[in-house]
Amino acid sequence: MATTAIRPGGPGKGPAGADIGAAADGLAAASIAALVNDAPVPRPTLAKTFWAMMTREFRVLRRNAISTFTRSVMQPLLFVFVFAYVLPKIGGGMVVAGGGSGGGANFATILVPGLMASMLLMQGIMGTTMPLVMEFSWQRTIEDRALAPVPLRMLAIQKILAGAIQSFIGACIVFPIVLVVHAAGQAPHVDVTNWALLLVILVFGSTMTASLGLLLGTIMDPRKMQMLFAVILLPLTMLGCVYYPWSALHTIRWLQIATLVNPMVYMAEGLRAVLTPSLGHMPMWAVFLALIGGTLLFGYLGTRTFRNRVVN
Amino acid sequence: MTSATVQEVADKESPGIVPAIQTEDLRKTYKSARGDVEAVRGISLEVRPGEFFGLLGPNGAGKSTTIGMLTTLVHPTGGRALVAGHDVVKDTVAVKRRIGVVTQNNTLDMQLTVSENLEFRSRFFGLSSGEAKKRAAQLIDAFGLGERRKAMASDLSGGQARRLLIARALVHKPDVLFLDEPTAALDPQTRVNLWSILSVLHEQGQTVLLTTHYMEEAEELCDRIAVVDHGRVLAEGTVDELKQNAGAVTIVTLSFEEQIPQGFAERAGLADMHGVTSVEIDGDTLKVVSREPAGLLGELVAIGAREGLLVRDAATQKPSLETVFLTLTGREYRE
Repeated sequence: MATTAIRPGGPGKGPAGADIGAAADGLAAASIAALVNDAPVPRPTLAKTFWAMMTREFRVLRRNAISTFTRSVMQPLLFVFVFAYVLPKIGGGMVVAGGGSGGGANFATILVPGLMASMLLMQGIMGTTMPLVMEFSWQRTIEDRALAPVPLRMLAIQKILAGAIQSFIGACIVFPIVLVVHAAGQAPHVDVTNWALLLVILVFGSTMTASLGLLLGTIMDPRKMQMLFAVILLPLTMLGCVYYPWSALHTIRWLQIATLVNPMVYMAEGLRAVLTPSLGHMPMWAVFLALIGGTLLFGYLGTRTFRNRVVN
Repeated sequence: MTSATVQEVADKESPGIVPAIQTEDLRKTYKSARGDVEAVRGISLEVRPGEFFGLLGPNGAGKSTTIGMLTTLVHPTGGRALVAGHDVVKDTVAVKRRIGVVTQNNTLDMQLTVSENLEFRSRFFGLSSGEAKKRAAQLIDAFGLGERRKAMASDLSGGQARRLLIARALVHKPDVLFLDEPTAALDPQTRVNLWSILSVLHEQGQTVLLTTHYMEEAEELCDRIAVVDHGRVLAEGTVDELKQNAGAVTIVTLSFEEQIPQGFAERAGLADMHGVTSVEIDGDTLKVVSREPAGLLGELVAIGAREGLLVRDAATQKPSLETVFLTLTGREYRE
């Protein structure tokens, strides 16, 4: 004979519909009813939804302005303080800086475009990868945004744009800092003749880092975030012609060629070309090819991986 | 969809009405290196506008995957699904415009306040900034979140977060509201509160699809229920229909003052009376499962008395979704 264990106790009868008028916790049945009957008719368009999402980004940025600002400023500020103020004062470091191709350029001059490029990358990644990794982690808050009435591709593009704006702002904050912080007689020789070109390079540098940020954010395992710094940010920055011009690497030919795969190099060199044109720099066609091509390539790949991560 | 169901719908509502949800042989197989997992193995359902429909089943039955497919977040590997007449694969944006979704996870925007969560969601759905503020205020009032209006979403209690999630799913007056395990991990009072809210919404004509692994929740709220296990629908109907059609059983439990002697069930012929399907004896406790329980309890008491056993306690568990599940699967319902 088959025996079956039955859990004791039947299902308790909960509150019936009739109790609702007296529902606890200040819930008013009438006002809930009104929600269904007295609702505005939504007329979403792609543009409205996209703009609303951007507005949300600006709201969050404004709310976190102080911490974002501090985070962006500390690294370049300390860097120029040590290399353009402390070291010249104590009489070290300049051997390194003066060498290479510069022909008399001080280290501060080399650092201006380098640190701006570094900031583009840092903020592009911080602005895109970090939020994405959070959104894909255990609570999958990404599902909320994924349910907005737009194609997922649009959502990915919105993420890139939001990250690019942060990246752009970051670079703009760094610019005056690296210009003014230095020891007496160590002022960087910055000579911008083409502001429009500077703007264009900053814009495409921002979109490229944000696209890269999207790609990284969608392929990274949230549990291995610390790897991002060790494996991506640190090598890209240290080997990205931030602290030395690319042309100076000709003495280490293999490294000069190897660094060509590093997207950071093209941002640093592009900025070098417009900020300190007297120093040697990479040809502009290579810079633009890399920045625009990188934006499209990382953007395309990132959008695909994004969709695959959102939809199972 | 068969012509019969079209006719039924037409009879119930106005002619030519579009089903809120319609699935045909909907399937999802997750591919992985360790072998494929068939989460959903061919689910066909139809939910009518205004209906409160429940997917009831234990954890891992395929409910969340089904809701994922209906809300465009999971890509089906077979079959077809329409929500408000729109294909969930080919026309995702149209589907997303017409649905409100309360996911199992807390997907609130933690960077925003309670009010902003509602405002921005409204604006994502095309409301102007002014309309969005108004709608947010209306939702905050209705869901009793007035005092937490300016709190960050990350600071809400579990129950408050759940209410905000539901409020947020309603900003754009969705045709269908999806609720994936809305009361899981909530304390009993908060759960009862949510049930009240959901009942009012239903009374106002809101179409709802709810998944739950709580029997009493499905029984309390749903017009119709599909019992799901291992990715398939085992039975579908109103609670009453399920109880009748699934041959649901009544369970009579008797506790005696002393141990039940050996051979008691056989001597009394318990297995052959009153549509009894199972008898279990454990020390002083007798548990009899029956399809025709009328008069059974009295008879069991009398049989006990003939053997010199005095009844200490007696309980009858009437047909419920729990017993329906037992009948359908031959297994105890596990929550």
